Amino acid sequence: MNPLYAELQWLPRAPAEFSSRLKALGSSTDSLGRDVQALALPSLDLNQLTKLAGAIGRARGEGKSLSPLTPFRLAVLSNSTIDLIVPALVASAARHGIALEVVQPSYDQVAQEALTPDSKVNSSKPDAVLFALDYRGLPLKLSLGDPESAAATVQGAIGYLQALSNGIKASTNAVCIFQSFAPPAESLFGSLDRTLPGTMRSLIDGINRELAEFVSGSGDVLLDVAALAETVGLSDWHDPQLWNMAKFSFSDQLIPLYADHVARVVAAIRGKSGKVLILDLDNTVWGGVIGDDGLDGIQIAQGDARGEAHLAVQRLALDLRQRGIVLAVSSKNTDEVARAPFEKHPEMLLKLDHIAVFQANWNDKATNIQAIAEELSLGLDAMVFLDDNPVERGLVRKLLPQVAVPELPEEPAYYARTLAAGGYFEAVAFASEDLKRAGFYQDNARRAGLQKQVGGVDAYLTSLEMTITFQPFDATGRARIVQLINKSNQYNLTTRRYTDPEVTEAENDASVFTLQVRLADIFGDNGMISVVICRPGEAGEWEIDTWLMSCRVLGRKVEHMVLREILGHARVAGIHKLMGVYRPTERNKLVVDHYAKLGFAKAGEEESGLTRWELLVEAADPASAPMKVVSQGFAAKEKRIA
Amino acid sequence: MDEREIYARLDQVFQDVFDEDSIKVVPELSAKDVDGWDSLTHIRLILTVERAFKIKFSTSEIGKLENVGDLVALIKARA
Repeated sequence: MNPLYAELQWLPRAPAEFSSRLKALGSSTDSLGRDVQALALPSLDLNQLTKLAGAIGRARGEGKSLSPLTPFRLAVLSNSTIDLIVPALVASAARHGIALEVVQPSYDQVAQEALTPDSKVNSSKPDAVLFALDYRGLPLKLSLGDPESAAATVQGAIGYLQALSNGIKASTNAVCIFQSFAPPAESLFGSLDRTLPGTMRSLIDGINRELAEFVSGSGDVLLDVAALAETVGLSDWHDPQLWNMAKFSFSDQLIPLYADHVARVVAAIRGKSGKVLILDLDNTVWGGVIGDDGLDGIQIAQGDARGEAHLAVQRLALDLRQRGIVLAVSSKNTDEVARAPFEKHPEMLLKLDHIAVFQANWNDKATNIQAIAEELSLGLDAMVFLDDNPVERGLVRKLLPQVAVPELPEEPAYYARTLAAGGYFEAVAFASEDLKRAGFYQDNARRAGLQKQVGGVDAYLTSLEMTITFQPFDATGRARIVQLINKSNQYNLTTRRYTDPEVTEAENDASVFTLQVRLADIFGDNGMISVVICRPGEAGEWEIDTWLMSCRVLGRKVEHMVLREILGHARVAGIHKLMGVYRPTERNKLVVDHYAKLGFAKAGEEESGLTRWELLVEAADPASAPMKVVSQGFAAKEKRIA
Repeated sequence: MDEREIYARLDQVFQDVFDEDSIKVVPELSAKDVDGWDSLTHIRLILTVERAFKIKFSTSEIGKLENVGDLVALIKARA
């Protein structure tokens, strides 16, 4: 077995004092959630994961808080034995910042649980349901060389999975997570298995293809177990002895890997994925030390084995940037020396244009990473730091435990693979905004430059020639709405997370007022930057359930314009009062005065720091900002729902 | 590997699997003596033993195990 995957080698080794630190967990109170996450961070074997899950379970039993970990209830339905997997899921989820609670019905009750409205799973109100099925849980029969029967078998299997999804959706708002199917390692004919219809391999190929299509159309999520099994090797994935003895659908040695992949997807559903890749330069982005070896001495050329290894890192970074991951540099170098290869070396794939924040100086890297996070207005837990130097990695892990820092092997040829294997940038959806996001952050740096030039804020805002567009929730915007609801931490009044089905429900509920907001300016289209949900409260009142905004557009008075829009619709709907609430989290101090600044009156305060606010619609007149307003789709929504 | 070494390493395996530092294994020890030694923990135990001693047991060997003494005899025959 390749130890990179089987032993999760991108994670640091478990410390020798793992057991004693685990015991100390019992007496920890105020920082329990953080301590649990710190214990979960290294690569742990099945016994260690089981022990950690036990400790988490005991703490929960004693009613202790696991904050700041995000609670998540996952129901797992399987045709195999998952009893050893469940504790691994709980411990691995803590690694990704999730306090996971697993609902596990009896063995092999998949259809009964999904289709019965008051089953254990359906009545537990899970956030997501994982269908941990393997090919032995599908109605499959071989139909060698018979394409029609083969197609019917594939459709039968997909129909079964759709029925399961419908059963869950009829009773809950849970997201369904389906697994693609790892084909058995054994062949029947040999290579012909893939070309001939009706063999096990071509049936499973067909099912995986159809399943991917079904999932991307239904708002469900796919966990690509087939890809995972192929990556580690099908003969290592499947263990016939373990299946016969205990109905394990894959090798016990791969449970930690599988559990980490489930945890990544759950974390991605909650928007807890990396957003920024911070690159060291010397011996990471190129071979050698630019300060010592000079422009001609560093290794970065095609045709040079060492150089190609570092080019692979650059290529991966560029690909990540293309899908919306922001790139930054943290290097111990003199600034102009560090910039020289980007500007002058013909073989460099990365250019200065690709780097949102460039920190080359002699400060320690923890300080630099903090500066990068601040400049980008993103949390430290959104940062991934790639550095070949174990000392720097250790320092950053110690000083900034929230930053993800992959271990790297000695051999640079494996750097790119190791970074990719870590799955730091797992996503469950891809919106067109993602394509542009890395550019947004760079444009922001330019806008900041413009602000310095023009002096006054109002003159600056006018010079941006902004157009703000308001629409109710719709199918086109849904993926991005769900993404914003689950990702936004800082400019988020209530930090309520909603799944795709829950957002769809709001979209189709005439009594719920929804708003998606887009902003364009002279630099380009910022895409969707704000989301609001108002729900009916007492008669004539709207409760602002959700109000969030992307930090990219801070300081543009967007929130004033959003309030003006809400007020307009409130008046039409006969609403006389808006009720707002600020629910404090670790990350949303930014908006503690949001309602006060917008002219709301304080209506209450709780010990937790939660504050309540109200605004009389009639008298309200928030300041306007210099931007063109487009309001569309509201009449169409009424018509659609009526 | 002599029996003493096997027992010493098994102590660690049992402590790890049952999350209980005080366990000391003796030949007569069996599932009914240890809290939490159910059929699934038994499988985790066997898998951990296999890993610790770098050996693999057959399904029928696993089926015949009655107590720690049987397990040690099996390890001795292999390792």
